[in-house]
Amino acid sequence: MARPWAELSPEEKREERFKRWLSPPGVTFASPQAEKVYKERVTRFIKAFTLQKPDRVPVILPSMGLYAARYAGTNLATVMYDYDELKRAWRKVLHDFADADSYVPPVLVPPGPPLETMDYKLYKWPGHGLSTSTLSYQAVEGEYMKPDEYDALIRDPSDFWLRTYMPRVFGALKGFTNLPAWTAFQEIVTADFLSFANPEVQAGLQALMKAGMETLKWIMAVGEVAAEATAMGFPGVMSALAKAPFDTIGDTLRGTQGVMMDMFQRPQKLHEAMERIVPIAINNALSSVATAAAPIVMMPLHKGADTFMSVKQYETFYWPTFKKVVMAFVNEGIVPILFAEGSYNKRLDIIGDFPKGSVAWYFDQTDIFEAKKKIGDRCCIMGNVPTSLVMTGTPQQVKEHCRKLIEVCGKGGGYVLAGGATVDEGNPENMRAMIAAAKEYGVYK
Amino acid sequence: MSGDFVNLLADLKEEEVLKLTKQRLDSKEDPLKILEDARKGMEIVGKRFAGGEYFLPELVFSGELLAQVTNIVKPHLTGAGIQQKKIGKVVIGTVAGDIHDIGLNIVDFMLDVNGFEVTNLGVDVPIEKFVKAMQETKAPVLGLSGFLTPAFDAMKETVEALEKAGLRKNIKIMIGGGQMDDEVCKYAKADAFGKDAMAAVTLTKQWYGVK
Repeated sequence: MARPWAELSPEEKREERFKRWLSPPGVTFASPQAEKVYKERVTRFIKAFTLQKPDRVPVILPSMGLYAARYAGTNLATVMYDYDELKRAWRKVLHDFADADSYVPPVLVPPGPPLETMDYKLYKWPGHGLSTSTLSYQAVEGEYMKPDEYDALIRDPSDFWLRTYMPRVFGALKGFTNLPAWTAFQEIVTADFLSFANPEVQAGLQALMKAGMETLKWIMAVGEVAAEATAMGFPGVMSALAKAPFDTIGDTLRGTQGVMMDMFQRPQKLHEAMERIVPIAINNALSSVATAAAPIVMMPLHKGADTFMSVKQYETFYWPTFKKVVMAFVNEGIVPILFAEGSYNKRLDIIGDFPKGSVAWYFDQTDIFEAKKKIGDRCCIMGNVPTSLVMTGTPQQVKEHCRKLIEVCGKGGGYVLAGGATVDEGNPENMRAMIAAAKEYGVYK
Repeated sequence: MSGDFVNLLADLKEEEVLKLTKQRLDSKEDPLKILEDARKGMEIVGKRFAGGEYFLPELVFSGELLAQVTNIVKPHLTGAGIQQKKIGKVVIGTVAGDIHDIGLNIVDFMLDVNGFEVTNLGVDVPIEKFVKAMQETKAPVLGLSGFLTPAFDAMKETVEALEKAGLRKNIKIMIGGGQMDDEVCKYAKADAFGKDAMAAVTLTKQWYGVK
C-alpha cells in the first residue's frame, strides 16, 4: 500500500510528482512518436533542474508570453477579445516551432471582457488606457492599501481583500465595502443578510457572475490549445505563479513608494504583514499545482533586484519570507523557478542557500557566468540571452551568444538556455537560432 | 544648528529633523535658510545614492522628509522664495506605450539635486509632446526612459521625429531603464545609454561641459 503523502520526504514527493509529469493522467497523445518526444522533453528538463546532464541543454524561448499575437499578424488588443484569433495565433506558434522544447498556451493573455465587466483598475491594456497597438498590458502603480491599514490586513487578510482591496481595484465591486465580515454569520441568522439587499452589493455580485461566464469562454479556448500542445508532445513548464511576500506588499498593496516608506516608518508592521502573506502565497500556488501535471511554480521577482535595495535591506526585508515560500515548495516536492528580473549581481552570495538541486534560478540581466561560478553547484541556472539582442540582433549574433552561454553555463549540466525578459515581437529567426544553438552546441556526450 | 539639520536630514532621522525644523521656526530663523539647508541635505542624499551607500528606499524616504519639512516651513514664508541658480535645462519622459515611472523619477531627482532644471513629461508621452517640449524649452539634453521592450521602437520613432523637426543636431539624447542597453541605443539612434540615474547626471554634465 502506498504510504501517506505526508510521510514522504521532499525527495520522495518530488519523485512522485516527476513520475506524474512524465506520464500525465488523462492525456492521449497524437501518436507514439509524440509520447516519446514528450517524455524526452520532460526528462531533459528534470535532469537540468536537478543538476544532472540531460541529453542536451534544454531551451525555453523568450517568446512564450504574448509573442504569438504579433507573430500571427494580429495584436494583443484583438486576441484579448477574439478567442478564435487567440487560438489561431497560438496554434501558429505551436506548429511553426514544433521543434522547440516547451510551449506555453495563451494562459498569460488576460481575457478582455471580464476585466471590463469588473472595471479593473490595477492594469491598463491595449484599447483600455493604452493605445490599441501596444503589445503588452501594464500594471498601474498605486497605493491600494493605506499605511494605517496594516493591522486590518494582518488581522484577517481574506477579509481585507474582500471588503477593502477588491472594491478599490474592481470598480464593479465598490459596493462590497458594505458587506459584513463572513465571520459575522454565527448561530441563528437575523439581519445578517440585509447588506445583500443593497443595490451596489447586488450589482457587484452580478458582475462577478457575468465575469465568471465570460472567463469560461476564454478558458475553453485556452484549454483547446493546451490540450493540442500536450497531445503533440509539449509538456507544461509552469503550473502556478507565486510571488515573494515583499512583492505582494510592494506591487499589489502599497506600491513601490509606499513599501519603501514603510521600511523606514513602520518596519515591524511590514515584517508582520509579510509573515502573514507567507502561507497564503504557498497555498495559492499549491492548489494550482495540484490540478496540473508539471510540478513547477514560477516566481517572478521584482523589488529585490540590485537597483531596488541594498544587500542589507535585501537580507532584512526581502529574503527571509521569500525563502520560506520557496522552501515550502521544495518540501512539497515542487521545483520553484525563481525569475530574477533586472540584475542580481550583488545577491549571488545569498541566493544559493537552498538544498542542492532543488531550485532553478532564471536570470534576466545578471552576470550569468558569475552566477554559474557562485551558485551553479547548488542551483540550476537559466537564462539569459539579452532581450535587446533577441529583438534587434541577427540570428548569427544570437546563435553565437547562445554558444558562449552553453559552453560556460552548460558545463556539467544544470543549465537551461533561455532569454532574459520575454519579448512581444521580433525576428522569429532569432528564436530558431536559439533552438539551433542548443542542438548544435548543447549535446552532452 | 544648521549643520546638524543638514546631517540629520541626510541621515534620514525623521523625528529629529521635524523637531528641529519647528525649533528653528520658533526661534524666528529665516525660513528660507531652513529650505536651503534642506536642499543641502538632499544633495548629500544624492551623493550617497551615487556612491552606492543609499538605494531607492532611502531616496524615496528622503523625498518624503523634504515634503514634510517644506509643508511645515511654507506657511512662514513671506514673499517669493529664492530661486536657486540652475546649470541648465533637461527634458525627460517615459516613451509612448510605457507607463513606468520609478526610474524616471529617480533620474528627475538626481538631475535636480545636481543643479539642473528638469522638465519631466511623465509617462506614455506621445512623440509630438517630446518634439513640442524640445522646441519650447530649447533644452539641449533629452532623456528617454522605458521599461518594456515596445519602448525600443517608441524611442526610435521619437528620435526620428526630432530629426524630422530639424531639432536632432542641437540635442543630445540619452536612454535608460528596464531592458535598455547599448544595443538599443544604437537601434534607436540615441547618443548614449545610461545604466542608472548617476549615469544620467554624468552624461548631462559632460554634455553641458561642467564638472
